Amino acid sequence: MGQDNDNKGFFDRLKAGLAKTRKLLLTDVDDIILGSKEIDRALFEELEEALIVADVGPAFTGELIESLKEKVRRKELGSPEILRKVLRETMREILLKNEAPLKIPPDQIYTIMVVGVNGTGKTTTIGKLAHQLKGEGHEVMLVAADTFRAAAVEQLEAWAKRAEVPLIRQAPNADPAAVVYDALRSAKAGRPGVVIIDTAGRLHTKVNLMEELKKMRRIMGRELPGAPHEVLLVLDATTGQNAVVQARMFRDEIGVTGLILTKLDGTAKGGVVVRIARELNIPLRYIGVGEQVDDLRPFRAGEFVEALFAQNGR
Amino acid sequence: MFESLTDKLDGIFRKLKGRGSLDEENIQSALKEIRMALLEADVNFRVVRDFIEDIRKRAVGQEVFDSITPGQQVVKIVHDRLTELMGGVSSRLKFGSRFPAPIMLVGLQGCGKTTTAVKLARLVAAQGKRVYLVSADVYRPAAMEQLKVLGGKIGAGIFAAAGLQDPIEICVQAVEEARRNGYEVIVVDTAGRLAIDAQMMDELKRIKAQINPSEILFVADAMTGQDAVNVAGRFDEQLGIDGVIMTKMDGDARGGAALSLKAVIGKPIKFVGVGEKIEALEVFHPERMASRILGMGDVLTLVEKARATVDEKEARDLEKKIRKNEFTLDDFRNQLTQIRKMGSLQDILGMIPGMKKIKALKEMTPDEGELVKVTAIIDSMTAKERRNHLIIDGSRRKRIARGSGTQIQDVNRLLKNYTEMRKMMKRMTKGGIKSLRRGNFFF
Ligand SMILES: Nc1nc2c(ncn2[C@@H]2O[C@H](COP(=O)(O)OP(=O)(O)OP(=O)(O)O)[C@@H](O)[C@H]2O)c(=O)[nH]1
Ligand SMILES: [Mg+2]
Repeated sequence: MGQDNDNKGFFDRLKAGLAKTRKLLLTDVDDIILGSKEIDRALFEELEEALIVADVGPAFTGELIESLKEKVRRKELGSPEILRKVLRETMREILLKNEAPLKIPPDQIYTIMVVGVNGTGKTTTIGKLAHQLKGEGHEVMLVAADTFRAAAVEQLEAWAKRAEVPLIRQAPNADPAAVVYDALRSAKAGRPGVVIIDTAGRLHTKVNLMEELKKMRRIMGRELPGAPHEVLLVLDATTGQNAVVQARMFRDEIGVTGLILTKLDGTAKGGVVVRIARELNIPLRYIGVGEQVDDLRPFRAGEFVEALFAQNGR
Repeated sequence: MFESLTDKLDGIFRKLKGRGSLDEENIQSALKEIRMALLEADVNFRVVRDFIEDIRKRAVGQEVFDSITPGQQVVKIVHDRLTELMGGVSSRLKFGSRFPAPIMLVGLQGCGKTTTAVKLARLVAAQGKRVYLVSADVYRPAAMEQLKVLGGKIGAGIFAAAGLQDPIEICVQAVEEARRNGYEVIVVDTAGRLAIDAQMMDELKRIKAQINPSEILFVADAMTGQDAVNVAGRFDEQLGIDGVIMTKMDGDARGGAALSLKAVIGKPIKFVGVGEKIEALEVFHPERMASRILGMGDVLTLVEKARATVDEKEARDLEKKIRKNEFTLDDFRNQLTQIRKMGSLQDILGMIPGMKKIKALKEMTPDEGELVKVTAIIDSMTAKERRNHLIIDGSRRKRIARGSGTQIQDVNRLLKNYTEMRKMMKRMTKGGIKSLRRGNFFF
């Protein structure tokens, strides 16, 4: 929570955040490759460990390693440096295909629904996003559709204050679909802008809760054609391979249009996102790098992989 | 998601000619599969490496008995060892002799501490002790409010930190307040924090020094990936953890972190959180966790869950029906509704050993969203059709599709799945539900 960060400027923090990301993501891989002069079995083994420890997943890691080995057999790769380049390119290409910053058209009501399993950082991310969009000149309104978790509304309310944006809320335990309905009504009556809807955390395996989200979706679409314009799935970088299952279920059931990966300021590396990008092709929007209001960064594949593989990035 | 480990291993060993005993060579590819299964379940890389070595040593030289296949034999060795490693359990909480006995919960952001604090308080209260709750989370907006609302539901005493900003001061005063009011246990909820955040870790150390908890419990999300070892290691180094609570076990994560945590901290996993309700906290069962990590299904949990939801008579009737192959489409639908009541379909199916064995089952397992469709289709059938699916010919299928707003292919698929399910159930229940209960189904 780095209180001492509070008086640093945005750019300092951006840099600090990136340096941290760079350091914590896959630099291990570089250490390994640069540290050894020859391509040998030990190199591959260490490489495998680095990828798996970053949560890239055993099967995908196996594939990556196999294809590198094959290239070495065919004499296409002669040195650890080239090996490193190829690995970096492979990962970058996968991520690049899914790098897609959120683009919000002006002068219309643009609705964003934020979903995910419990505790991934939905509410916090919404606070940060509201702050950011407001800074970009958008009208922003938050909607407290997590009527289930105790004090969820109060939590979002605090973020709305922080970001200085209005909040639509109802009594606790109100039907979330009714809250959303209300919100769209009042959005339509007011000025065009971005409407961000916080939903209760739910495990993707709970049928009734997934149905509840679908119902919210349906009501939104009925009130405002095209809504929700964006469905953001918030994933926690600490999560292992189950993140792929989450992403698949939320995509298939709810229709996720973008991903946010939070808690990259920790020691977890979030490598599972590469697997998600490859297997599911969901646009990657933002990363979360802390608990403060400006700890949200656009996801940039180039930067990300550059950070992963930078030679002297520390 | 994928074939069960037993299947894979059986496949590998099938290629071997004679039986005899397990040796370095014939066990090699089996170990590879086990390794993949553990890594896929998020067990930490190094923990897996040590574990595989351990299994190699244990397996080599073992004779394979006629009664079981070598694949089953190896799975049994692995399963037993996993159970043993995660065991040594005691779900008992240490209270010591002081009043109040402080129990402190620590962990990363979003792992479920607050909910768990209240669940734990409820459990302690159920043992007849007077429990007090305090939140030392001054950072996350409305964190204290959350504890207050939840704690109110179980009627526990809750410390009101009005005006206090310092978590240490809050804890000290709360303990004092609890003592004054004769509470026997105080559960301390702390703010989530990164293990590398020195300042925040220091705060925990100072709380610990001030209130001297009788238990410090590390709360970990069952979905945690490889990093679990780093985090738990750091928390343990700095605070000395007495035990672990795994949360969100009602999801479908394989929960390999449980093994990693045990390997790093060496302290028991005391409880698991299995739902958002305050009652949803259970004692930890190492053998179930072992099955889950291996993707082998969890018979006992299934039976227990089923018992809680379906009443015994219903279950017995169903079993009879299945045995006599009288499992109708009506029963099929009821089953699905029951399953919905019980929770996730995948959860349930995954708990039945053998379920994952049957390839065709993958397609016939309605995905959660499809349940609604399936119900609609069956609802559009006549009572006669539901009793005897064999009479449902082409034109009936067309009518059913129209009636339920689905495609004829949907109807076809459902009927195929249903027949498949009948066949399988018949096979599965040869020994009846009782054999499931004894838990001797896999081996
Ligand atoms: N370190 C770090 N912590 C984060 C980040 N994003 C969120 N958190 C923390 O994670 C915890 C959970 O965040 P919430 O925003 O309440 O998560 P949620 O998904 O809304 O949770 P539920 O609504 O209960 O499902 C809080 O303590 C946040 O401060 C991040 O990027 N980095
Ligand atoms: Mg929330």
